[in-house]
Amino acid sequence: MISLGIEGTAHTIGVGIVEDRNEKCRVLANVIKMYHPEKGGIHPREAANHHATHVPELIKKAFEKANIGSREIDIVSFSQGPGLGPCLRTAATAARALALSLNRPIIGVNHCVAHIEIGRGTTGCDDPVLLYVSGGNTQVIAFARGRYRVFGETLDIGIGNCLDKLGRYLGLPFPSGPVIEQLAKKGRKYLDLPYTIKGMDVAFSGLLTAAQHYHEKGESIEDICYSVQETAFAALTEVTERAMAHVGKQEVLLGGGVACNRRLREMVKTMAKERGARFFVPEDSLCADNGAMIAWTGLLMYKSGIRMRIEESFIDQKFRTDMVDVKWRT
Amino acid sequence: MENIIYRGAEAEIIVSTYLGKEVIKKHRVPKSYRLPEIDKRLRAHRTKEEAKLMLEARKAGVSVPIIYDVHLEGATITMEYLKGKRVKELISELSNSERKDLCHAIGEAVAKLHNKNIIHGDITTSNMIFLNGRVHFIDFGLGEINHEIEAKGVDLHVLMEALSSAHSQYPDCFDYVFEGYSNEYKGNVKEIKKKIDDIIRRGRYRE
Repeated sequence: MISLGIEGTAHTIGVGIVEDRNEKCRVLANVIKMYHPEKGGIHPREAANHHATHVPELIKKAFEKANIGSREIDIVSFSQGPGLGPCLRTAATAARALALSLNRPIIGVNHCVAHIEIGRGTTGCDDPVLLYVSGGNTQVIAFARGRYRVFGETLDIGIGNCLDKLGRYLGLPFPSGPVIEQLAKKGRKYLDLPYTIKGMDVAFSGLLTAAQHYHEKGESIEDICYSVQETAFAALTEVTERAMAHVGKQEVLLGGGVACNRRLREMVKTMAKERGARFFVPEDSLCADNGAMIAWTGLLMYKSGIRMRIEESFIDQKFRTDMVDVKWRT
Repeated sequence: MENIIYRGAEAEIIVSTYLGKEVIKKHRVPKSYRLPEIDKRLRAHRTKEEAKLMLEARKAGVSVPIIYDVHLEGATITMEYLKGKRVKELISELSNSERKDLCHAIGEAVAKLHNKNIIHGDITTSNMIFLNGRVHFIDFGLGEINHEIEAKGVDLHVLMEALSSAHSQYPDCFDYVFEGYSNEYKGNVKEIKKKIDDIIRRGRYRE
């Protein structure tokens, strides 16, 4: 079975085409375009305009890359939520148009669930605790009794959002995560920062404010980036370990754009090793928001018997991870 | 003879002896994933806070293990060995009415803590031991003294999430916990309830 997926929850519009082979995911194409605001944060309407402009060419490009004709796909999937309304609607509209014109079934996919499924489909893990870290989302997710349940999450801002805000404050370009990662390598001095954990939840706004104060006091940008990464990532690693101990799982999976950060990977990997657990991370292009993960999750859903009529394919900005009935897993 | 009986996310629970008595040692293990600066600070701080809060909890009338020794450098607390059953396992073995009584007792104990502004910080069913008809609280490692409604609300919200994730087959547990809490809490219960609802809504993607 071949599935085409359209992702458009925030600043990325992506189109992916995947095929299932022995219950594993084979990515045939995975192309994205990212909206870069000229200044400040993401503007939902401008992002949606960006997506509308680029989605036709991305669909064309995906078919070329996959080297298949449009009639060869069996289903069309799209990111149904959570995310920014205008962006979601743009991706959903493109998916509906494609599904209707090709006369193929449509499937709406939960974006957060897609991050876990692409990891399960491509890395060889089976029943992991997922640390999902991106701009808008920071969640620790695991499968329990038919659903992906959120065991811990941020109480204020996502870790990616925290890094972007810090970056904006320090005058770094968007997205700031990769720049901060490079600067942090040159950091030498650790500056004390708030390390906020409540149960299995984390919070980053206090850390962000404290980091800004260090900047005002004249501490070097490198030391600030280093200290922020070390503190925030340690807290994330700790709540992930707590969740693993709590639910008794022996695998840990990273997902989301911030999962591309090599220091975060190193920390989670070390944690896993010390507790005798296995560590997994998808390749970079499948960590960040992408269409392939939507395509793959749509395929799993369709094969488990889930169907969706066009009139049911409305988007849900507040689509929670634990609202999805995970019929494809037992 | 020292014997590790449980390896949690942050600490090892060791059965050991102290002055001829069988005891539990809680040792916070170093984590090599984080910087030594952060690691040392966190482990010593949490050890000290935990010992302090256990003492306060006992004064508030809540059952906790007796502390025999605290070693900050080694991040170790030596305490009474409670040979009971974890509430996490117990909950599914009870009848509906027993479970209701247990949840009431949990709520009352949390209220006693909150009456003295003691915030546990990680109220999950893994951190409660049932022994001699009483719920004992362990692991105050993430706790603090805080009088704010926010802190109490978050404390209860952690428990609510723990109940709904680990015991989702019994969806009324938290309602009974809150009934027990309401009976015992000396402050304004409505304010606490409102705060919990606020926190739920504040969570991402809630209506």
